[in-house]
Amino acid sequence: MEVKASMAGSVWKVLVNTGDSVQEGDDVIILESMKMEIPIAAESSGVVKEVKVNEGDFVNEDDVLVVLE
Amino acid sequence: MSLIQELEARIEKIKQGGKEKYHKANQDKGKLFVRKRLELLLDEGLHIEDAFFANCMDDSLPSDGVVTGIGKINGQDVCIMANDSTVKAGSWGKRTVEKILRIQETAMKLEIPIIYLVDSAGARITDQIEMFPGRRGAGRIFHNQIKLSGRVPQVCLLFGPSAAGGAYIPAFCDVVIMVDGNASMYLGSPRMAEKVIGEKVTLEEMGGANMHATVSGVGDVLVKSEEVAIQYARNYLSYFPKNFRTKPKEAEAKEPKLFEKSIAELIPENQNAPFNMYDLIDRVIDEDSFCEIKKKFAPELITGLARINGHSVGIIANQPRVKGGVLFTDSADKAAKFIQLCDAFNIPLLFLVDVPGFMIGTKVEREGIIRHGAKMLSMMSEATVPKISVIVRKAYGAGLYAMAGPAFEPDACLAFPNAQIAVMGPEAAVNAVYAKKIAELPEEERAAFIKEKQEEYKKEIDIYRLASEMVVDDIINPNHLRQELIKRYSVYAEKNVIFTERKHGVYPV
Repeated sequence: MEVKASMAGSVWKVLVNTGDSVQEGDDVIILESMKMEIPIAAESSGVVKEVKVNEGDFVNEDDVLVVLE
Repeated sequence: MSLIQELEARIEKIKQGGKEKYHKANQDKGKLFVRKRLELLLDEGLHIEDAFFANCMDDSLPSDGVVTGIGKINGQDVCIMANDSTVKAGSWGKRTVEKILRIQETAMKLEIPIIYLVDSAGARITDQIEMFPGRRGAGRIFHNQIKLSGRVPQVCLLFGPSAAGGAYIPAFCDVVIMVDGNASMYLGSPRMAEKVIGEKVTLEEMGGANMHATVSGVGDVLVKSEEVAIQYARNYLSYFPKNFRTKPKEAEAKEPKLFEKSIAELIPENQNAPFNMYDLIDRVIDEDSFCEIKKKFAPELITGLARINGHSVGIIANQPRVKGGVLFTDSADKAAKFIQLCDAFNIPLLFLVDVPGFMIGTKVEREGIIRHGAKMLSMMSEATVPKISVIVRKAYGAGLYAMAGPAFEPDACLAFPNAQIAVMGPEAAVNAVYAKKIAELPEEERAAFIKEKQEEYKKEIDIYRLASEMVVDDIINPNHLRQELIKRYSVYAEKNVIFTERKHGVYPV
Protein backbone atom coordinates (compact mmCIF):
# COMPACT_ATOMS: atom_id res chain seq x y z
CA MET A 1 0.00 0.00 0.00
CA GLU A 2 1.53 3.31 -1.06
CA VAL A 3 0.56 6.67 0.39
CA LYS A 4 0.95 9.28 -2.33
CA ALA A 5 1.10 13.07 -2.44
CA SER A 6 -2.31 14.50 -3.34
CA MET A 7 -0.71 17.60 -4.83
CA ALA A 8 2.67 19.19 -5.49
CA GLY A 9 4.32 20.83 -2.48
CA SER A 10 7.02 20.37 0.11
CA VAL A 11 7.10 17.92 2.99
CA TRP A 12 6.40 19.91 6.16
CA LYS A 13 6.10 17.17 8.76
CA VAL A 14 6.66 13.43 8.77
CA LEU A 15 4.33 12.00 11.41
CA VAL A 16 5.32 8.31 11.31
CA ASN A 17 8.42 6.15 11.60
CA THR A 18 9.24 2.79 10.11
CA GLY A 19 7.51 0.10 12.12
CA ASP A 20 4.62 2.28 13.35
CA SER A 21 1.14 0.90 12.86
CA VAL A 22 -1.39 3.28 11.38
CA GLN A 23 -5.15 3.13 11.03
CA GLU A 24 -7.06 4.03 7.89
CA GLY A 25 -7.61 7.78 7.90
CA ASP A 26 -4.63 8.57 10.16
CA ASP A 27 -2.48 11.41 8.91
CA VAL A 28 1.02 10.19 8.09
CA ILE A 29 2.55 13.22 6.39
CA ILE A 30 1.72 16.90 6.30
CA LEU A 31 2.68 18.71 3.12
CA GLU A 32 2.92 22.42 2.71
CA SER A 33 1.55 23.78 -0.54
CA MET A 34 -0.09 27.03 -1.54
CA LYS A 35 0.84 28.15 2.01
CA MET A 36 -1.57 25.56 3.37
CA GLU A 37 -1.03 22.54 5.55
CA ILE A 38 -2.08 19.53 3.53
CA PRO A 39 -2.55 16.44 5.69
CA ILE A 40 -2.03 13.16 3.86
CA ALA A 41 -3.88 10.24 5.41
CA ALA A 42 -3.36 6.50 5.06
CA GLU A 43 -6.06 5.02 2.83
CA SER A 44 -5.88 1.71 4.66
CA SER A 45 -4.55 0.40 7.95
CA GLY A 46 -1.10 -1.17 8.11
CA VAL A 47 2.46 -0.98 9.36
CA VAL A 48 4.91 1.58 8.01
CA LYS A 49 7.45 -0.26 5.90
CA GLU A 50 9.29 2.74 4.55
CA VAL A 51 9.17 6.53 4.74
CA LYS A 52 10.32 7.74 1.34
CA VAL A 53 10.69 11.46 2.05
CA ASN A 54 12.36 13.84 4.47
CA GLU A 55 11.03 17.07 5.86
CA GLY A 56 11.77 19.85 3.39
CA ASP A 57 11.71 17.64 0.29
CA PHE A 58 9.76 18.87 -2.75
CA VAL A 59 7.26 16.32 -4.03
CA ASN A 60 5.10 16.16 -7.10
CA GLU A 61 1.48 15.02 -7.23
CA ASP A 62 1.35 11.19 -7.00
CA ASP A 63 4.89 10.81 -5.62
CA VAL A 64 5.07 8.00 -3.07
CA LEU A 65 5.56 9.34 0.46
CA VAL A 66 5.14 6.31 2.68
CA VAL A 67 4.89 2.59 2.01
CA LEU A 68 2.59 0.53 4.25
CA GLU A 69 2.28 -3.23 4.54
CA MET B 1 -58.64 -19.69 -26.29
CA SER B 2 -60.87 -16.62 -26.22
CA LEU B 3 -59.61 -13.28 -27.49
CA ILE B 4 -59.22 -12.02 -23.95
CA GLN B 5 -57.41 -15.14 -22.84
CA GLU B 6 -55.06 -14.75 -25.76
CA LEU B 7 -54.40 -11.11 -24.88
CA GLU B 8 -53.69 -12.01 -21.29
CA ALA B 9 -51.41 -14.84 -22.27
CA ARG B 10 -49.45 -12.59 -24.57
CA ILE B 11 -49.15 -9.89 -21.89
CA GLU B 12 -47.97 -12.44 -19.36
CA LYS B 13 -45.32 -13.73 -21.74
CA ILE B 14 -43.95 -10.30 -22.67
CA LYS B 15 -43.83 -9.29 -18.99
CA GLN B 16 -41.38 -12.10 -18.34
CA GLY B 17 -38.74 -10.40 -20.50
CA GLY B 18 -35.96 -12.50 -22.03
CA LYS B 19 -34.93 -16.11 -21.56
CA GLU B 20 -34.53 -17.63 -18.13
CA LYS B 21 -30.76 -18.05 -18.53
CA TYR B 22 -30.35 -14.28 -18.89
CA HIS B 23 -32.40 -13.66 -15.76
CA LYS B 24 -30.14 -16.09 -13.96
CA ALA B 25 -26.98 -14.43 -15.28
CA ASN B 26 -28.24 -11.05 -14.05
CA GLN B 27 -29.14 -12.44 -10.64
CA ASP B 28 -25.62 -13.78 -10.25
CA LYS B 29 -24.28 -10.27 -10.71
CA GLY B 30 -26.71 -8.77 -8.17
CA LYS B 31 -28.78 -7.24 -10.96
CA LEU B 32 -32.55 -6.97 -10.62
CA PHE B 33 -35.05 -7.58 -13.40
CA VAL B 34 -36.16 -4.36 -15.04
CA ARG B 35 -39.75 -4.64 -13.73
CA LYS B 36 -38.50 -5.25 -10.21
CA ARG B 37 -36.34 -2.12 -10.49
CA LEU B 38 -39.38 -0.09 -11.46
CA GLU B 39 -41.39 -1.53 -8.59
CA LEU B 40 -38.72 -0.30 -6.17
CA LEU B 41 -38.22 3.05 -7.85
CA LEU B 42 -41.84 4.08 -8.22
CA ASP B 43 -44.39 4.74 -5.47
CA GLU B 44 -46.84 2.24 -6.95
CA GLY B 45 -45.20 0.84 -10.06
CA LEU B 46 -45.80 2.00 -13.61
CA HIS B 47 -49.33 3.27 -14.03
CA ILE B 48 -49.02 3.92 -17.74
CA GLU B 49 -46.96 1.83 -20.11
CA ASP B 50 -46.84 2.46 -23.84
CA ALA B 51 -45.65 0.30 -26.74
CA PHE B 52 -45.63 -2.71 -24.47
CA PHE B 53 -46.24 -4.78 -27.63
CA ALA B 54 -43.36 -3.23 -29.56
CA ASN B 55 -41.83 -5.87 -31.84
CA CYS B 56 -44.31 -8.48 -30.54
CA MET B 57 -44.22 -10.30 -33.86
CA ASP B 58 -40.74 -11.42 -32.87
CA ASP B 59 -40.94 -13.76 -29.88
CA SER B 60 -37.34 -13.17 -28.91
CA LEU B 61 -37.67 -9.40 -28.42
CA PRO B 62 -40.36 -8.68 -25.79
CA SER B 63 -41.14 -4.93 -25.69
CA ASP B 64 -38.06 -4.62 -27.93
CA GLY B 65 -35.83 -4.63 -24.87
CA VAL B 66 -37.01 -1.44 -23.22
CA VAL B 67 -39.82 -0.50 -20.84
CA THR B 68 -41.21 3.03 -21.18
CA GLY B 69 -44.02 4.67 -19.28
CA ILE B 70 -45.10 6.91 -16.43
CA GLY B 71 -45.17 6.32 -12.69
CA LYS B 72 -44.86 8.38 -9.52
CA ILE B 73 -41.88 9.23 -7.36
CA ASN B 74 -42.61 11.06 -4.08
CA GLY B 75 -46.13 11.63 -5.48
CA GLN B 76 -44.82 13.31 -8.65
CA ASP B 77 -45.44 11.82 -12.11
CA VAL B 78 -42.18 10.97 -13.88
CA CYS B 79 -41.36 9.45 -17.26
CA ILE B 80 -39.35 6.25 -17.30
CA MET B 81 -37.04 4.63 -19.82
CA ALA B 82 -35.67 1.30 -18.61
CA ASN B 83 -33.52 -1.13 -20.60
CA ASP B 84 -34.23 -4.82 -20.22
CA SER B 85 -30.86 -6.55 -20.31
CA THR B 86 -32.50 -9.99 -20.47
CA VAL B 87 -33.54 -9.09 -24.03
CA LYS B 88 -30.52 -9.17 -26.33
CA ALA B 89 -28.42 -7.51 -23.61
CA GLY B 90 -30.71 -4.46 -23.64
CA SER B 91 -29.50 -3.54 -27.13
CA TRP B 92 -31.30 -0.98 -29.25
CA GLY B 93 -33.30 -1.79 -32.38
CA LYS B 94 -35.51 0.53 -34.41
CA ARG B 95 -38.48 0.22 -32.07
CA THR B 96 -36.34 0.51 -28.94
CA VAL B 97 -35.12 3.87 -30.17
CA GLU B 98 -38.62 5.00 -31.19
CA LYS B 99 -39.94 4.09 -27.72
CA ILE B 100 -37.19 6.09 -26.06
CA LEU B 101 -37.88 9.08 -28.30
CA ARG B 102 -41.58 8.95 -27.56
CA ILE B 103 -41.19 8.87 -23.79
CA GLN B 104 -38.77 11.79 -24.03
CA GLU B 105 -41.30 13.70 -26.09
CA THR B 106 -43.92 12.92 -23.46
CA ALA B 107 -41.61 14.33 -20.77
CA MET B 108 -41.22 17.42 -22.94
CA LYS B 109 -44.98 17.87 -23.43
CA LEU B 110 -45.89 17.28 -19.81
CA GLU B 111 -42.77 18.98 -18.46
CA ILE B 112 -42.14 16.27 -15.90
CA PRO B 113 -38.84 14.61 -14.87
CA ILE B 114 -37.46 11.68 -16.83
CA ILE B 115 -35.49 8.80 -15.36
CA TYR B 116 -33.24 6.62 -17.50
CA LEU B 117 -32.51 3.15 -16.09
CA VAL B 118 -29.61 2.17 -18.31
CA ASP B 119 -28.33 -1.36 -18.81
CA SER B 120 -27.58 -1.79 -22.49
CA ALA B 121 -24.95 -3.17 -24.82
CA GLY B 122 -25.67 -0.44 -27.37
CA ALA B 123 -26.93 -0.57 -30.94
CA ARG B 124 -28.03 -3.78 -32.69
CA ILE B 125 -25.59 -3.62 -35.54
CA THR B 126 -27.92 -5.75 -37.67
CA ASP B 127 -30.55 -2.98 -37.46
CA GLN B 128 -28.23 -0.08 -38.00
CA ILE B 129 -29.83 1.55 -41.04
CA GLU B 130 -33.20 1.69 -39.26
CA MET B 131 -31.94 2.85 -35.87
CA PHE B 132 -28.66 4.69 -36.24
CA PRO B 133 -28.35 7.50 -38.78
CA GLY B 134 -31.79 8.90 -39.56
CA ARG B 135 -34.14 11.59 -38.29
CA ARG B 136 -35.68 9.23 -35.78
CA GLY B 137 -32.42 7.38 -35.16
CA ALA B 138 -30.51 7.12 -31.90
CA GLY B 139 -28.87 10.52 -32.38
CA ARG B 140 -32.28 12.03 -31.77
CA ILE B 141 -32.30 10.58 -28.23
CA PHE B 142 -29.39 12.84 -27.42
CA HIS B 143 -30.90 15.76 -29.28
CA ASN B 144 -33.99 15.35 -27.13
CA GLN B 145 -31.93 15.07 -23.97
CA ILE B 146 -30.14 18.29 -24.79
CA LYS B 147 -33.48 19.97 -25.38
CA LEU B 148 -34.88 18.61 -22.11
CA SER B 149 -31.80 19.68 -20.17
CA GLY B 150 -32.63 22.36 -17.64
CA ARG B 151 -36.31 22.07 -18.51
CA VAL B 152 -37.03 18.95 -16.45
CA PRO B 153 -34.75 16.93 -14.16
CA GLN B 154 -33.03 14.08 -16.02
CA VAL B 155 -31.63 11.32 -13.85
CA CYS B 156 -29.59 8.32 -14.96
CA LEU B 157 -29.37 5.11 -12.97
CA LEU B 158 -26.58 3.07 -14.46
CA PHE B 159 -26.97 -0.61 -13.63
CA GLY B 160 -24.90 -2.20 -16.37
CA PRO B 161 -22.92 -1.22 -19.40
CA SER B 162 -23.56 1.94 -21.34
CA ALA B 163 -21.51 1.42 -24.42
CA ALA B 164 -20.42 3.49 -27.40
CA GLY B 165 -23.17 5.93 -28.44
CA GLY B 166 -25.26 4.71 -25.52
CA ALA B 167 -22.73 6.25 -23.15
CA TYR B 168 -24.07 9.64 -24.10
CA ILE B 169 -27.36 9.02 -22.29
CA PRO B 170 -25.64 9.32 -18.91
CA ALA B 171 -23.47 12.14 -20.24
CA PHE B 172 -26.49 14.34 -20.90
CA CYS B 173 -28.24 13.62 -17.61
CA ASP B 174 -28.12 15.97 -14.62
CA VAL B 175 -26.82 13.19 -12.42
CA VAL B 176 -25.46 9.68 -13.00
CA ILE B 177 -25.75 7.09 -10.26
CA MET B 178 -23.49 4.07 -10.87
CA VAL B 179 -23.54 0.65 -9.23
CA ASP B 180 -20.01 -0.38 -8.31
CA GLY B 181 -18.83 -3.49 -10.15
CA ASN B 182 -21.71 -3.61 -12.65
CA ALA B 183 -22.04 -0.16 -14.17
CA SER B 184 -19.64 0.96 -16.87
CA MET B 185 -19.37 3.59 -19.56
CA TYR B 186 -17.03 3.51 -22.50
CA LEU B 187 -16.94 4.50 -26.15
CA GLY B 188 -14.98 1.43 -27.27
CA SER B 189 -14.83 -1.84 -25.35
CA PRO B 190 -11.49 -3.22 -24.07
CA ARG B 191 -11.64 -5.73 -26.92
CA MET B 192 -11.98 -2.94 -29.43
CA ALA B 193 -9.25 -0.90 -27.71
CA GLU B 194 -6.87 -3.81 -28.05
CA LYS B 195 -7.69 -4.30 -31.73
CA VAL B 196 -7.68 -0.67 -32.78
CA ILE B 197 -5.07 1.04 -30.63
CA GLY B 198 -3.23 -1.92 -29.12
CA GLU B 199 -4.10 -1.10 -25.51
CA LYS B 200 -4.57 -3.97 -23.05
CA VAL B 201 -6.89 -2.91 -20.27
CA THR B 202 -9.74 -4.31 -18.18
CA LEU B 203 -13.28 -2.98 -18.44
CA GLU B 204 -13.19 -1.90 -14.80
CA GLU B 205 -9.98 0.09 -15.27
CA MET B 206 -11.09 1.71 -18.49
CA GLY B 207 -14.74 2.46 -17.85
CA GLY B 208 -15.76 1.08 -14.48
CA ALA B 209 -18.02 2.86 -12.01
CA ASN B 210 -15.24 3.57 -9.55
CA MET B 211 -13.02 5.09 -12.22
CA HIS B 212 -15.81 7.35 -13.48
CA ALA B 213 -16.79 8.43 -9.97
CA THR B 214 -13.24 9.26 -8.89
CA VAL B 215 -11.16 10.09 -11.97
CA SER B 216 -13.20 11.08 -15.04
CA GLY B 217 -16.10 12.70 -13.21
CA VAL B 218 -18.56 11.30 -15.75
CA GLY B 219 -20.26 9.45 -12.89
CA ASP B 220 -21.66 11.44 -9.95
CA VAL B 221 -22.61 8.90 -7.34
CA LEU B 222 -21.05 5.52 -6.63
CA VAL B 223 -23.23 3.00 -4.80
CA LYS B 224 -22.89 -0.60 -3.67
CA SER B 225 -26.18 -2.00 -4.94
CA GLU B 226 -29.15 -1.32 -7.17
CA GLU B 227 -31.38 -0.86 -4.13
CA VAL B 228 -29.14 1.91 -2.81
CA ALA B 229 -29.01 3.53 -6.27
CA ILE B 230 -32.81 3.57 -6.42
CA GLN B 231 -33.09 5.00 -2.91
CA TYR B 232 -30.58 7.72 -3.80
CA ALA B 233 -32.57 8.66 -6.93
CA ARG B 234 -35.84 8.94 -5.00
CA ASN B 235 -34.21 11.10 -2.36
CA TYR B 236 -32.36 13.23 -4.94
CA LEU B 237 -35.60 14.07 -6.74
CA SER B 238 -37.21 15.24 -3.49
CA TYR B 239 -35.00 18.36 -3.64
CA PHE B 240 -36.24 19.29 -7.12
CA PRO B 241 -39.35 20.80 -8.65
CA LYS B 242 -40.95 18.91 -11.53
CA ASN B 243 -39.64 21.46 -14.04
CA PHE B 244 -37.91 24.81 -14.34
CA ARG B 245 -41.16 26.76 -14.03
CA THR B 246 -41.77 25.79 -10.43
CA LYS B 247 -39.93 25.80 -7.13
CA PRO B 248 -38.87 22.76 -5.13
CA LYS B 249 -41.45 21.45 -2.72
CA GLU B 250 -40.96 22.38 0.90
CA ALA B 251 -40.15 19.50 3.24
CA GLU B 252 -40.75 19.28 6.95
CA ALA B 253 -38.20 21.51 8.71
CA LYS B 254 -35.75 19.81 11.05
CA GLU B 255 -33.18 21.19 13.45
CA PRO B 256 -29.55 20.40 12.68
CA LYS B 257 -27.94 17.48 14.42
CA LEU B 258 -26.63 18.45 17.86
CA PHE B 259 -22.90 18.60 18.46
CA GLU B 260 -20.74 19.45 21.43
CA LYS B 261 -18.59 21.94 19.55
CA SER B 262 -20.12 25.06 18.07
CA ILE B 263 -19.15 26.41 14.66
CA ALA B 264 -16.93 29.06 16.25
CA GLU B 265 -15.08 26.40 18.23
CA LEU B 266 -14.62 24.30 15.13
CA ILE B 267 -12.70 26.75 13.00
CA PRO B 268 -8.97 26.99 13.70
CA GLU B 269 -7.73 30.54 14.03
CA ASN B 270 -4.63 29.66 12.02
CA GLN B 271 -5.77 30.23 8.45
CA ASN B 272 -3.38 27.56 7.19
CA ALA B 273 -4.46 24.72 9.45
CA PRO B 274 -7.00 22.27 8.05
CA PHE B 275 -10.48 21.64 9.40
CA ASN B 276 -13.29 19.49 8.16
CA MET B 277 -15.89 21.52 6.27
CA TYR B 278 -18.48 18.74 6.62
CA ASP B 279 -18.57 19.56 10.33
CA LEU B 280 -19.67 23.08 9.53
CA ILE B 281 -22.24 21.95 6.96
CA ASP B 282 -23.81 19.55 9.49
CA ARG B 283 -24.30 22.41 11.93
CA VAL B 284 -26.15 24.57 9.41
CA ILE B 285 -28.47 22.18 7.58
CA ASP B 286 -31.52 20.18 8.66
CA GLU B 287 -30.43 16.90 10.19
CA ASP B 288 -29.68 14.12 7.67
CA SER B 289 -30.59 16.31 4.73
CA PHE B 290 -27.26 16.27 2.89
CA CYS B 291 -27.45 14.63 -0.54
CA GLU B 292 -23.92 14.85 -1.84
CA ILE B 293 -23.04 14.87 -5.53
CA LYS B 294 -19.59 13.86 -6.79
CA LYS B 295 -18.36 13.01 -3.29
CA LYS B 296 -15.37 11.08 -4.58
CA PHE B 297 -14.45 13.39 -7.43
CA ALA B 298 -12.35 16.50 -6.68
CA PRO B 299 -13.07 16.24 -2.93
CA GLU B 300 -11.27 19.54 -2.26
CA LEU B 301 -14.61 21.09 -3.16
CA ILE B 302 -17.86 19.77 -1.67
CA THR B 303 -21.09 20.01 -3.68
CA GLY B 304 -24.44 18.75 -2.48
CA LEU B 305 -28.12 19.38 -1.98
CA ALA B 306 -29.44 20.01 1.49
CA ARG B 307 -32.36 21.57 3.32
CA ILE B 308 -32.32 24.57 5.57
CA ASN B 309 -35.55 24.92 7.53
CA GLY B 310 -37.24 22.56 5.05
CA HIS B 311 -36.12 24.43 1.91
CA SER B 312 -33.80 23.01 -0.74
CA VAL B 313 -30.42 24.63 -1.06
CA GLY B 314 -27.33 23.78 -3.12
CA ILE B 315 -24.07 23.97 -1.18
CA ILE B 316 -20.67 24.65 -2.74
CA ALA B 317 -18.00 24.49 -0.05
CA ASN B 318 -14.21 24.45 -0.05
CA GLN B 319 -12.77 21.55 1.93
CA PRO B 320 -9.56 22.66 3.69
CA ARG B 321 -9.04 19.06 4.82
CA VAL B 322 -8.30 17.97 1.22
CA LYS B 323 -5.57 19.60 -0.85
CA GLY B 324 -5.90 22.64 1.38
CA GLY B 325 -9.23 23.46 -0.27
CA VAL B 326 -7.32 24.79 -3.29
CA LEU B 327 -9.34 24.91 -6.52
CA PHE B 328 -8.12 22.66 -9.35
CA THR B 329 -9.38 22.04 -12.89
CA ASP B 330 -11.62 19.20 -11.71
CA SER B 331 -13.02 21.14 -8.76
CA ALA B 332 -13.85 24.08 -11.02
CA ASP B 333 -15.54 21.71 -13.47
CA LYS B 334 -17.49 20.04 -10.67
CA ALA B 335 -18.67 23.40 -9.33
CA ALA B 336 -19.68 24.65 -12.79
CA LYS B 337 -22.05 21.76 -13.42
CA PHE B 338 -23.51 21.78 -9.92
CA ILE B 339 -24.22 25.51 -10.04
CA GLN B 340 -25.96 25.10 -13.41
CA LEU B 341 -28.03 22.27 -11.99
CA CYS B 342 -29.26 24.31 -9.02
CA ASP B 343 -29.83 27.47 -11.02
CA ALA B 344 -31.82 25.59 -13.67
CA PHE B 345 -34.26 24.27 -11.09
CA ASN B 346 -34.63 27.26 -8.78
CA ILE B 347 -32.55 25.86 -5.94
CA PRO B 348 -30.84 28.68 -3.98
CA LEU B 349 -27.07 28.55 -3.65
CA LEU B 350 -24.86 28.72 -0.59
CA PHE B 351 -21.11 29.21 -0.97
CA LEU B 352 -19.02 28.35 2.10
CA VAL B 353 -15.69 29.97 1.39
CA ASP B 354 -12.32 28.97 2.77
CA VAL B 355 -10.06 29.02 -0.26
CA PRO B 356 -6.36 29.76 -0.74
CA GLY B 357 -6.98 30.31 -4.46
CA PHE B 358 -6.61 28.33 -7.66
CA MET B 359 -3.72 25.91 -7.91
CA ILE B 360 -0.61 27.18 -9.66
CA GLY B 361 2.22 25.39 -11.45
CA THR B 362 3.01 23.80 -14.79
CA LYS B 363 0.71 20.82 -14.40
CA VAL B 364 -2.49 22.79 -13.93
CA GLU B 365 -1.59 25.39 -16.55
CA ARG B 366 -1.20 22.60 -19.08
CA GLU B 367 -4.57 21.24 -18.03
CA GLY B 368 -6.10 24.64 -18.78
CA ILE B 369 -6.89 25.77 -15.25
CA ILE B 370 -7.60 29.25 -16.56
CA ARG B 371 -10.44 28.14 -18.82
CA HIS B 372 -11.79 25.67 -16.25
CA GLY B 373 -11.74 28.41 -13.63
CA ALA B 374 -13.40 30.78 -16.09
CA LYS B 375 -16.13 28.19 -16.64
CA MET B 376 -16.84 28.06 -12.92
CA LEU B 377 -16.95 31.86 -12.75
CA SER B 378 -19.34 32.00 -15.73
CA MET B 379 -21.84 29.61 -14.21
CA MET B 380 -21.62 31.18 -10.76
CA SER B 381 -21.96 34.65 -12.19
CA GLU B 382 -24.97 33.78 -14.35
CA ALA B 383 -26.86 32.01 -11.59
CA THR B 384 -29.85 34.16 -10.72
CA VAL B 385 -31.27 32.04 -7.91
CA PRO B 386 -30.85 33.43 -4.37
CA LYS B 387 -27.10 33.31 -3.83
CA ILE B 388 -25.28 33.81 -0.53
CA SER B 389 -21.55 33.59 0.05
CA VAL B 390 -20.14 33.14 3.53
CA ILE B 391 -16.44 33.90 4.04
CA VAL B 392 -15.63 31.30 6.67
CA ARG B 393 -11.89 32.02 6.81
CA LYS B 394 -9.74 32.99 3.88
CA ALA B 395 -10.78 34.02 0.40
CA TYR B 396 -7.68 34.72 -1.62
CA GLY B 397 -7.22 35.75 -5.20
CA ALA B 398 -9.54 34.40 -7.86
CA GLY B 399 -10.79 32.00 -5.19
CA LEU B 400 -12.87 34.89 -3.84
CA TYR B 401 -14.30 35.52 -7.29
CA ALA B 402 -15.09 31.87 -8.05
CA MET B 403 -16.89 31.45 -4.72
CA ALA B 404 -19.46 34.19 -5.40
CA GLY B 405 -17.42 37.13 -4.20
CA PRO B 406 -19.05 40.56 -3.89
CA ALA B 407 -18.52 41.51 -7.55
CA PHE B 408 -20.68 38.63 -8.77
CA GLU B 409 -23.99 39.83 -7.37
CA PRO B 410 -24.51 37.48 -4.48
CA ASP B 411 -27.60 38.65 -2.61
CA ALA B 412 -25.30 38.85 0.38
CA CYS B 413 -21.64 38.27 1.12
CA LEU B 414 -21.33 37.53 4.84
CA ALA B 415 -18.10 37.15 6.79
CA PHE B 416 -17.11 35.45 10.00
CA PRO B 417 -14.96 37.56 12.36
CA ASN B 418 -11.83 35.57 11.42
CA ALA B 419 -12.35 36.11 7.67
CA GLN B 420 -9.49 37.24 5.47
CA ILE B 421 -10.17 38.59 2.02
CA ALA B 422 -7.13 39.46 -0.05
CA VAL B 423 -5.30 39.00 -3.32
CA MET B 424 -3.08 36.59 -1.40
CA GLY B 425 -2.36 35.51 2.16
CA PRO B 426 0.07 37.36 4.43
CA GLU B 427 2.96 34.91 3.91
CA ALA B 428 2.77 35.03 0.14
CA ALA B 429 2.19 38.78 0.04
CA VAL B 430 5.19 39.62 2.22
CA ASN B 431 7.35 37.34 0.10
CA ALA B 432 6.11 38.95 -3.08
CA VAL B 433 6.53 42.55 -1.96
CA TYR B 434 9.69 42.32 0.15
CA ALA B 435 11.60 39.46 -1.49
CA LYS B 436 14.59 41.69 -2.33
CA LYS B 437 14.59 43.44 1.02
CA ILE B 438 14.44 40.14 2.89
CA ALA B 439 17.34 38.75 0.90
CA GLU B 440 19.44 41.82 1.74
CA LEU B 441 18.80 41.63 5.48
CA PRO B 442 21.23 39.77 7.76
CA GLU B 443 19.82 36.31 8.37
CA GLU B 444 19.13 36.88 12.09
CA GLU B 445 16.90 39.90 11.33
CA ARG B 446 14.81 38.25 8.66
CA ALA B 447 12.26 36.39 10.81
CA ALA B 448 11.39 39.45 12.87
CA PHE B 449 11.07 41.60 9.73
CA ILE B 450 8.82 39.08 8.02
CA LYS B 451 6.63 38.77 11.10
CA GLU B 452 6.32 42.55 11.42
CA LYS B 453 5.35 42.94 7.77
CA GLN B 454 2.86 40.07 8.01
CA GLU B 455 1.21 41.73 11.00
CA GLU B 456 1.02 45.01 9.10
CA TYR B 457 -0.51 43.18 6.17
CA LYS B 458 -3.07 41.45 8.37
CA LYS B 459 -4.16 44.84 9.72
CA GLU B 460 -4.45 46.11 6.18
CA ILE B 461 -6.88 43.34 5.25
CA ASP B 462 -8.69 43.26 8.61
CA ILE B 463 -12.27 42.18 8.12
CA TYR B 464 -13.65 45.24 9.97
CA ARG B 465 -11.81 47.43 7.50
CA LEU B 466 -13.48 45.50 4.66
CA ALA B 467 -16.84 45.84 6.36
CA SER B 468 -16.18 49.54 6.78
CA GLU B 469 -15.55 49.74 3.03
CA MET B 470 -18.78 47.73 2.54
CA VAL B 471 -16.95 44.94 0.72
CA VAL B 472 -18.87 42.47 2.84
CA ASP B 473 -22.49 43.05 3.73
CA ASP B 474 -22.21 41.90 7.31
CA ILE B 475 -19.93 40.28 9.86
CA ILE B 476 -21.82 37.61 11.73
CA ASN B 477 -21.41 35.34 14.71
CA PRO B 478 -20.58 31.92 13.20
CA ASN B 479 -22.93 30.28 15.68
CA HIS B 480 -25.83 32.32 14.27
CA LEU B 481 -25.18 31.35 10.65
CA ARG B 482 -28.21 29.09 10.28
CA GLN B 483 -30.65 31.68 11.60
CA GLU B 484 -29.09 34.32 9.37
CA LEU B 485 -29.47 32.08 6.31
CA ILE B 486 -33.08 31.16 7.10
CA LYS B 487 -33.96 34.84 7.40
CA ARG B 488 -32.17 35.89 4.24
CA TYR B 489 -33.28 33.00 2.00
CA SER B 490 -36.91 33.57 2.94
CA VAL B 491 -36.61 37.17 1.77
CA TYR B 492 -34.54 36.44 -1.35
CA ALA B 493 -36.99 33.72 -2.40
CA GLU B 494 -39.01 36.49 -4.06
CA LYS B 495 -36.09 37.38 -6.30
CA ASN B 496 -36.92 37.32 -9.99
CA VAL B 497 -34.19 38.54 -12.31
CA ILE B 498 -32.95 37.78 -15.79
CA PHE B 499 -29.18 37.77 -16.06
CA THR B 500 -28.95 39.54 -19.41
CA GLU B 501 -30.52 39.66 -22.84
CA ARG B 502 -28.90 37.57 -25.59
CA LYS B 503 -29.19 34.20 -27.30
CA HIS B 504 -26.56 32.59 -25.09
CA GLY B 505 -23.08 33.30 -23.85
CA VAL B 506 -19.92 31.98 -25.46
CA TYR B 507 -18.77 29.87 -22.55
CA PRO B 508 -15.16 29.13 -21.72
CA VAL B 509 -15.68 25.37 -21.61
